[in-house]
Amino acid sequence: MAKLPKDLLGLRELNAEQIQLILDTATACKDIFSRDLKKVPTLRGKTVVTLFFEPSTRTRTSFEIAGKWMSADLVNLTVSSSSVAKGESFVDTARTLEAMGVDLIIIRHSLGGTPRLLADSVAAHVINAGDGAHEHPTQGLLDLYSIREKKGRIAGLNVVIVGDILHSRVAKSNIYGLTKLGAKVTVVAPPTLIPKGIGEFGVTIETDLDKALRDADVVNILRIQLERQTKAYFPTLREYSKLFGVNLSRLRQARPDLLVMHPGPANLGVEISEEVSVHDQSVITEQVTNGVAVRMALLYLLTGGGNKDEILH
Amino acid sequence: MKYCIKGGEIVNPAGEYSGVGDLLLDAGQVVAVGQELPVEDAVIIQAEGKMVLPGLIDMHCHLREPGREDEETIASGTRAAVKGGFTAVACMANTNPVADGAVVIEYVLSKARQNGWAKVYPIGAITKGLKGEELAEMGEMAEAGAVAFSDDGKTLTNPAVLRSALEYAALFDRPLLLHEEEPKLADAGVMHEGYWSTVLGLPGIPALAEDVMIARDLLIAEYTGGKVHFCHLSTAKGVGMLAEAKRRGLNVSGEATPHHFTLTDQALENYDTAFRVSPPLRSEEHREALRRGLQDGTIQVIATDHAPHSLEEKHREFALAPTGMIGLETAFSVAWTELVLGGWLTKEQLVEKLSVNPARLLNLPAGRLQPGDLADLIIVDPEWEWVVKPEEIASKSKNSPFIGRKLKARVETVWVNGILKYDGQKFVE
Ligand SMILES: [Zn+2]
Ligand SMILES: [Zn+2]
Repeated sequence: MAKLPKDLLGLRELNAEQIQLILDTATACKDIFSRDLKKVPTLRGKTVVTLFFEPSTRTRTSFEIAGKWMSADLVNLTVSSSSVAKGESFVDTARTLEAMGVDLIIIRHSLGGTPRLLADSVAAHVINAGDGAHEHPTQGLLDLYSIREKKGRIAGLNVVIVGDILHSRVAKSNIYGLTKLGAKVTVVAPPTLIPKGIGEFGVTIETDLDKALRDADVVNILRIQLERQTKAYFPTLREYSKLFGVNLSRLRQARPDLLVMHPGPANLGVEISEEVSVHDQSVITEQVTNGVAVRMALLYLLTGGGNKDEILH
Repeated sequence: MKYCIKGGEIVNPAGEYSGVGDLLLDAGQVVAVGQELPVEDAVIIQAEGKMVLPGLIDMHCHLREPGREDEETIASGTRAAVKGGFTAVACMANTNPVADGAVVIEYVLSKARQNGWAKVYPIGAITKGLKGEELAEMGEMAEAGAVAFSDDGKTLTNPAVLRSALEYAALFDRPLLLHEEEPKLADAGVMHEGYWSTVLGLPGIPALAEDVMIARDLLIAEYTGGKVHFCHLSTAKGVGMLAEAKRRGLNVSGEATPHHFTLTDQALENYDTAFRVSPPLRSEEHREALRRGLQDGTIQVIATDHAPHSLEEKHREFALAPTGMIGLETAFSVAWTELVLGGWLTKEQLVEKLSVNPARLLNLPAGRLQPGDLADLIIVDPEWEWVVKPEEIASKSKNSPFIGRKLKARVETVWVNGILKYDGQKFVE
């Protein structure tokens, strides 16, 4: 039977069997949602810390709900950039958490590799909740879960990822997960936002969105960081939206069962039009729900859970 | 004290005698090199199966004194040098204060006289404060003992300043040692831009950033006729452009470091900051090009770019850790293991790159074993296999990318000016 490593740092480190285990466990967790009393005692007595160096209400709340429903003791630590400026080093923070005997740490950081540094410094389990442009494995897993839920499978699907591939941790976690489970992935972006060597990840590179969408089963639309414009990756948001935005006319030319995804929060009218975001082919809202199920599964599996039937009791 | 080193293999490409033989030294000088030399009253050192080489010369290291004596001092840095077989080192000007005037050059030299284990040749800054704006007082520094000029650590971005510097430095016949990285192209990059920077999600520095500066500076070197030496070459195109410039007869040279010709960016897979260096470790094709450049003679020098950093500073987020690694104690063994045993260089070529050529480029009285020369020489055991361990490092800093690595060949005995400094496994106080 598949077993997870001590930490979840990225999907690059996992094999297909481990990913399937997480998705299957998430299915069991999602059953809890339909109950009146959404609480199980699985993680009673365990201390879970969320350590966010970068604000993200969405991801943090999702982890918090997952932890609460599993009866964990939760501590939120927001590390402001000012305390970093004061000279408290990242490694000091890790040592402090280690001394507190925390069981699991969920970390979000703007620099790639910090979850690894933390994981190497503490005995606690570490979950990467997004680090720089490296990985966002829990988002990748919830995207996989949502696709599998709607399409019934991953293998053999054509998945298009469109947007800022260069800076996107979501894109990479998606690519690892999807290709390991047998999907065919195409990345679409202006050439300035396609990182070097991405072809070696086993994906097809395309700059024509219409062409890429023709055979797509799924389109995952990445958020454009508005502040990146100053770096001259593309001339204007208007032009970006014209060339790479998913709108209703593009949706109509694609397959009728094209699944539309977005990790949120979306810039409506830029990378995705409002009509598309609320279209019945869009699963953006379900992605949020599935995020809780996937994170419950991870908390459970990493802290030593073996049999998924236990979750329900 | 008189010594006779007997029966070693003398690798001496710049001297008159090479081959198995004896070497006699007395009163700080080499007295004779050849076969079956008379022993008389000399202390005999058996060197059968060993190699006898001219002392190694590192034309690019950072000794951190003055300013960061917690990381390295002239005393600790030259101890590390001697342990690695370097009998002379040229140290860069990016100290605090910057070595941009005769006072700091004299300070370094006086510290070296007091407690240096190897000879120290200071390099003066090209511009005041390494700011890249106004020329530093090169004439006074040359007079005080600066052997070259460099703003290493920083790139001279202003081409007009480089032009003036090259024209002016010609007065003193000193080369300019250039650190080449176009800062706008490097931007916030922390590693080589390529497959691995994408995997790791770290901002990349394209090889292009180094290449455009080399291209620009070769044009400026050609126009001014100045002497340009490229520090730590790391790109395939850079090596190609250097080869082409040499064919056209330009007065240019270049160096490669052991870490660049041995390691690739894959070493960063676990975000280990020991491998963060400037310029960054690059991909396989670039490493291969450096080896070819060393092999065909395009790159004449192997230099360490020994850059000590404290563990506290290195033990942090990858993107925030300082760049640089130490290298004096491992350079010879790494070069031997990778280049000689790897079939890229002969022993003679290795000695040229680690001793003969740096001496020539910096105009130093060293790099060969010849009667009448000062006795800077080392004995190397080519069969000695060892593993790099932090507790055995003589440098104050332990930021070596080769810790844990198994190496072949080790420097056994070191004389500086005919004085035994390192013997077997210990320093001779
Ligand atoms: Zn440099
Ligand atoms: Zn340097």
